[in-house]
Amino acid sequence: MNRFSKFYASSIGKKFIAAVTGLILFGFLAGHVAGNLKVYTGADQVEIEGTEAAVNVPHIDQYGHFLREVGEPLVPKMFVLWGARAVLLASVILHVMVVIQLSLKSAEARPVNYVKSKKAAASWAARYMMVSGSVVLAFIIFHLLHFTAGAIVIGEFEHGKVYKNLQSSFANPLVSLGYVVVMAMLAFHMYHGVWSLFQTLGLDNPDRNKILRGFAIVASIGIAVGFASVPLAFLVGALPELGEYPSYLLEK
Amino acid sequence: MRIKIHVWRQKSADDKGHMESHQLDGLTPDMSFLEMLDTLNEKLTAEGTEPVAFDHDCREGVCGSCSMVVNGEAHGPRSETTTCQLYMRSFDDGAEVFVEPFRAAAFPVVRDLVVDRSAFDRIIQAGGFISNHSGPKPEPNSIPIEPMVQEAALDAASCIGCGACVAACPNGSAMLFTSAKVSHLGMLPQGQTERFERVESMVNQMEAEGFGSCRNYAECEAQCPKGISIAFIGRMNADYLKSQLVKPDDTRGKMHAQ
Repeated sequence: MNRFSKFYASSIGKKFIAAVTGLILFGFLAGHVAGNLKVYTGADQVEIEGTEAAVNVPHIDQYGHFLREVGEPLVPKMFVLWGARAVLLASVILHVMVVIQLSLKSAEARPVNYVKSKKAAASWAARYMMVSGSVVLAFIIFHLLHFTAGAIVIGEFEHGKVYKNLQSSFANPLVSLGYVVVMAMLAFHMYHGVWSLFQTLGLDNPDRNKILRGFAIVASIGIAVGFASVPLAFLVGALPELGEYPSYLLEK
Repeated sequence: MRIKIHVWRQKSADDKGHMESHQLDGLTPDMSFLEMLDTLNEKLTAEGTEPVAFDHDCREGVCGSCSMVVNGEAHGPRSETTTCQLYMRSFDDGAEVFVEPFRAAAFPVVRDLVVDRSAFDRIIQAGGFISNHSGPKPEPNSIPIEPMVQEAALDAASCIGCGACVAACPNGSAMLFTSAKVSHLGMLPQGQTERFERVESMVNQMEAEGFGSCRNYAECEAQCPKGISIAFIGRMNADYLKSQLVKPDDTRGKMHAQ
């Protein structure tokens, strides 16, 4: 315990925590965006038993159902999902906590600014990490209330009907464009963060620097474009209406 | 040539301090920046006012004394150049030049442009040494060293400890200085004995002095008069993490099977 508190007391220790939690959150985003892209793969036509009628069960709804059930029967339903949520929540809290502590220390370390200041190297993304990070944090809270909890209802909301919920929320241009702007901030945050975490973990060196920075650029832009494409596609009506279906079909 | 110079004046550590402006004529492009300040001081002395205090020593770019921020950059606008090696030809005729002391809580201003950088000395004292026998001089090259390791260690050793990295860092962090000193000993075979103790003690001292944390801006590298690479910061991070997370505290205890 003494060893841990000593490590945590140092700025490199706190940065290590910021880097590891950042890596976890980055991994989550990569998985999240892959899941989101299922809106583009459409739906399966399923016949309702005893009738001739067929309904569309969107792939992304099936994927959402899979996330609730994954791990069963080894572990109960929702176990893996809540496990992942616990890790993510802990990561966000730790990430924010150490970053605030580091920032306070850094502000103390540089109490007086230059009359004439000039940046020779620091990128805009690096300098505005706190701004982009705060926007993303506020967005995470909103987003969870919006699409996970359904506490903020824009258009319609029905638990488990992911495609329909997306379609009805993103029909509102204020919502979809808001999501796009936040994704730009997210890209900005990751542009610096994804490279910076490797440097903090001591994994970057002149051999790998180009590759790691290139990876951060591709990942940040790729992930943000993937995310932002969904609200835009719904907004411009590029994705079809898939209609209603009874929830029990997801069990099949 | 002529310039308008805005320079920081502060009587003592407790004084609030302010910027003071002077028109300076009769300069030549071949004057060094410090010679320009000498000219300013001659003028101030002739006028019966207090000259501007600034640190300087070798005036050939190796001692690391000439600590000042010129137009917002430590050691001024030329890369990999100390203030003493900066010449007035780097400025336009009639230019406005801002000269300020290095700014960091760990580098308190003593007077005008002079700051107290003894925090660096204490970081060195915490671990910037190796254990060696003091007997007869060993045979040269008796310890084999990989040429590239030697070169990299020399790159780190070229740090003159001027403090530009701290002055350049928006967080007032001393990671570049500390990592250069940790690395130049830690990479060589002679420095292995204290390698992990060293990184721990020097980082602890760096924290205790009140330097800020590194946010990987790389301002330090860009403004370092010796062009020390932030690769050393990454290397120090790796060594520090190893010392804290991997190395066991107890290396000699008995273990039991079960």
